[in-house]
Amino acid sequence: MTTDINFSQTGRNSLVLLRILIGWHFLYEGVLKLYNPAWTSKAYLSSAELLTPLFQWLSGDGMIHLADNLNIFCLMVVGLSLLLGYFERIGSVFGIFLLLMYYLAHPALPGSSQAGTEGSYWIINKNLIEAAALFVLYQMPTGTYFGLHSLKKNLLNPKTK
Amino acid sequence: MSEDKKSNWSRRDLLKGIAGVPIVGSVWWAGASKGVNNTQARDSILKTLNINASPPPPSGPMAGDPIRIGIIGFGIRGPHLCRALGFGQKSWLASMAEAAKKNPKDTRLASFLEQEHLNVNITAVCDLFDLRAQDAIDSFSTDEVKVQRFKTHQELVESDVVDAVIIATPDHWHAPIAIAALQAGKHVYVEKPMTHNIKETYELKDVVEASNVVFQVGHQHRQTQSFLTAQDIVKKNILGHVSLIQANTNRNDDNGAWQYPIHKKANPNTVDWKQFIGSAPMVPFNAEHFFRWRKWWAYGSGLSGDLMSHDYDRVNCILKMGIPSSVVASGGIYTHKDGRNVPDVMQVNMEFPDFSTGSSQTAGKEKGMTMVYSATLGNQYGRTTAFMGHDATMEVGNSLTIYADGKSTKFKEKIVSEEMDPNVPIYQYDPASGSVDGVTSATAKYFADKGLLWTYRDGKRVDSTHLHIREWLSCIRNGGTPSCNIKEGFEEAMTSHMGGLSYKLGRRIDWDQAKQEIVQVEGYDLDEALLEDKEKIV
Repeated sequence: MTTDINFSQTGRNSLVLLRILIGWHFLYEGVLKLYNPAWTSKAYLSSAELLTPLFQWLSGDGMIHLADNLNIFCLMVVGLSLLLGYFERIGSVFGIFLLLMYYLAHPALPGSSQAGTEGSYWIINKNLIEAAALFVLYQMPTGTYFGLHSLKKNLLNPKTK
Repeated sequence: MSEDKKSNWSRRDLLKGIAGVPIVGSVWWAGASKGVNNTQARDSILKTLNINASPPPPSGPMAGDPIRIGIIGFGIRGPHLCRALGFGQKSWLASMAEAAKKNPKDTRLASFLEQEHLNVNITAVCDLFDLRAQDAIDSFSTDEVKVQRFKTHQELVESDVVDAVIIATPDHWHAPIAIAALQAGKHVYVEKPMTHNIKETYELKDVVEASNVVFQVGHQHRQTQSFLTAQDIVKKNILGHVSLIQANTNRNDDNGAWQYPIHKKANPNTVDWKQFIGSAPMVPFNAEHFFRWRKWWAYGSGLSGDLMSHDYDRVNCILKMGIPSSVVASGGIYTHKDGRNVPDVMQVNMEFPDFSTGSSQTAGKEKGMTMVYSATLGNQYGRTTAFMGHDATMEVGNSLTIYADGKSTKFKEKIVSEEMDPNVPIYQYDPASGSVDGVTSATAKYFADKGLLWTYRDGKRVDSTHLHIREWLSCIRNGGTPSCNIKEGFEEAMTSHMGGLSYKLGRRIDWDQAKQEIVQVEGYDLDEALLEDKEKIV
């Protein structure tokens, strides 16, 4: 992840802003669930409309604890990596995976109930858009410009006059 | 970037490197605070409510010799009761396998196959339609146990091939068959309503009380987890004084309006018409009367006995409030003018002026309750069953939800401190949140939502009727009294008859608690009025 993009400063700052916002969202979701032991994804998974056998298996008594903990772990990994600007490409991949799972369980397809969503969607919903935004961040990492990765880069490659 | 900027690891670079750290700290703090606050509020509310939602211990073991069951009535409910016993018709098994193949969410066959074995044999059947009786014989006979057909219930109950009978006939046959079976020493499970008129309600009560066999009325919701939880909620006075209960029927399809299919092969040669008529006025063979008997007072009990009896007992099993002191009913045939003489829209107001669920206010301030049953067979909007108390409202069906009342005395402090929000449930029990159920018709959904079809034990969906029959079988094997015995059946039947009478006579019907009888209405024989072949008498 040493590659950085050749981009205008405004463009780079825009990507950093996008990274911070998405990281913020993921970390808050993860921490909130971490400190709320009553939370579970059981209802969301068990009512899945696509890949129903997979999601129902995940929501079963034997798997749900693991599924919940993995979800929290992944949410926090994504949030921390994006906010701190370190391993952000790995974080982006985790985030895309999570969002696609959320999407597949309750896709915005014609005929789907889309219960619990606050907007109106046809095929494309916010999960898919956020996943696409993470794909952009994966392609254009900014950690070497803004984030812990830049510290590492400067420490390992000090440049003197 | 200039060379100069690159070469200096400036303070700015350091800030850009660690700028995310305080954001992480802030977001973490915000999420953790909210999570901890939510958890504390939830724990505090649950501690305050102290509701026990654990399932009851299962009824006793099914050990010993198989109990030999006779099925009397094998129309629509009869086969369902047989499935609850563990016996599925061949045609039903095939259709369920097909349904599960088409829709993986349809778990009806899987639930049936996972059902506990109750150690019973179906040894006899009595149905007045030859094809149905033969269906039972073909479906349930095994190499070891052949199902015998009896042409009359009398022969069946007196035979030595049955220990117990399940009665799923038209309403006008419930009590006569139950009485005959009890007198023959056979255990009885009878569908609701327990009786068809007032006189036989007393007769059945006397016979049950004089017998030493086990008697159960088929109000299977008594096994539904949410209703058991609701009993604990009322016992702990969480709702405060309940002044009003609303219960409803909303159905809008042929099946829900009792427009059942008529079998093409039903005719005077294949149906024992004379026996079907029984105590009802004789009319020439009429296939619609035979298959859609719920539409006439002569054989059925209308909305009051057929469906209100469910709702009344759903409330009575939670509150144990007994028979109302008075009943006022109204309604009409407004959506199905098809020759029926029972109403398809009906409202029944039941008064309990001396009853109270408890109070959080000054002693003596609150007393009395009304239960309103409101029904239509022309609309299926899902109105909930609500227990409306001074401190909280409880909605009960297969799930259970409690909302604190904004003006509650008991929860005043928690509402002022915003720990409780009257618009957000303070308690919710939803056993289905962990699984998906296959419901295939509007009427099935109506029953399922009311907690009449299935419940959950250890996270698994279980047929409520299976548990209700199991309880009856356990009492036969291990002793004890079933949850819907003659006292509960008597209360259900009398209340239903008061509803039907009030509708037909167009006036208030009173209950004399001391004499345990419906107060006579001058100029009428109440049983004659109840059964008379007219929609309304007055």
